[in-house]
Amino acid sequence: MEIRVLGSGCANCQKLEQNVFNAAAELGMDADIQKVEDMAEIMKFGVMSTPALVINGKVVVSGRVPNTEEIKQFLRNAE
Amino acid sequence: MLYNLIKILVEKVFGLSTATRLGESIHFFIYDSLKIILLLSLMIFAISYIRSFFPPEKTRQVLSRFSGSVAHLMASLLGIVTPFCSCSSVPLFIGFVEAGIPLGVTFSFLITSPIVNEVALVMLIGLFGLKIAVIYVTAGVLIGTFGGILIGKLGLEKYVEEYVFQIAVGQSEVQKMTWRDRAKFAKDNVKDIVKRVWIFVLIGIAIGAAIHGYAPENLLAQYAGKDNPLAVFVGVALGIPLYSNAIGTIPIIEALIEKGVAVGTALAFMMAITALSLPEIIILRKVIKPQLIGIFVSITGVSIIFVGYLFNFIL
Repeated sequence: MEIRVLGSGCANCQKLEQNVFNAAAELGMDADIQKVEDMAEIMKFGVMSTPALVINGKVVVSGRVPNTEEIKQFLRNAE
Repeated sequence: MLYNLIKILVEKVFGLSTATRLGESIHFFIYDSLKIILLLSLMIFAISYIRSFFPPEKTRQVLSRFSGSVAHLMASLLGIVTPFCSCSSVPLFIGFVEAGIPLGVTFSFLITSPIVNEVALVMLIGLFGLKIAVIYVTAGVLIGTFGGILIGKLGLEKYVEEYVFQIAVGQSEVQKMTWRDRAKFAKDNVKDIVKRVWIFVLIGIAIGAAIHGYAPENLLAQYAGKDNPLAVFVGVALGIPLYSNAIGTIPIIEALIEKGVAVGTALAFMMAITALSLPEIIILRKVIKPQLIGIFVSITGVSIIFVGYLFNFIL
């Protein structure tokens, strides 16, 4: 599974990344998690508010930080 | 009711008369803290719920349908309701420009959005009443509208970093939300904002309480009252470098007004704090050149000064 955390490095983006790591770990999932900080790359996803969470190329959340439970739900749905 | 309850608490439990300075300060502190935290929670919930209907993607769509002054006014109004934090300035700016929204209209949005901020609005209603809050919002919208029109007229596109025009923005679907999602979005916002600002609110109120109880009446009237023509100017100049304590500033402003600072001067000071801040300028520098930042700061600053004088004149 391909997970991208989009954000320019603000506190919320870091928190989202942390939550994603926790969620994947709790599910025992082997995921490719990467942070995208380059603005041109972020904009390619059509996202206008950061942080955003992209799973398998699809934007599932933008403009807020979902908690670990919520992210686990997204991951389960994407499987 | 809350007012009298706390009066009883201060007098009976602390054994302090509210007629004494210490008693009055403590009463002011507890009463204002409770009132503001309560109001904040309720209002942020309501405002966030409304905001969940206006994600930036939708705002962009709506704006690309308007032109001329109407577009500036719409951008200003949407600036109030679109949830937006300064860390999203860059993607938002690029997204707007890429959608063909004129630079001036984009600035109308960027100017009003921070001035009319939900937390500031709550504090204004709570501390000064609806009338001043409405005047403040109207002024914020007008500054954004006219500031944006002016920036548009000056033709400053050359001061936008070139790469902005080269970025291809992908399409994304706006997620559909149920009322349950919206309520959750609103609840999360309340938690997030209250957690972030409560300490500033308490510090602000504590300073306000000290001024309230100890500074003599009209102490500041001679320095910053209506009769001092320079006061608004100095207030705005002081407000620009200050940031993030905007929320905490309002209780201080309340106390200042009580001690004789003119309302327009105090509101201009507050607008300068919220509208122009160093962190936002640094973020915007990624997409626009220093010349345009200078023009943006000057136009916004001058408009705020103008509004400050206007308030002093009409209130």
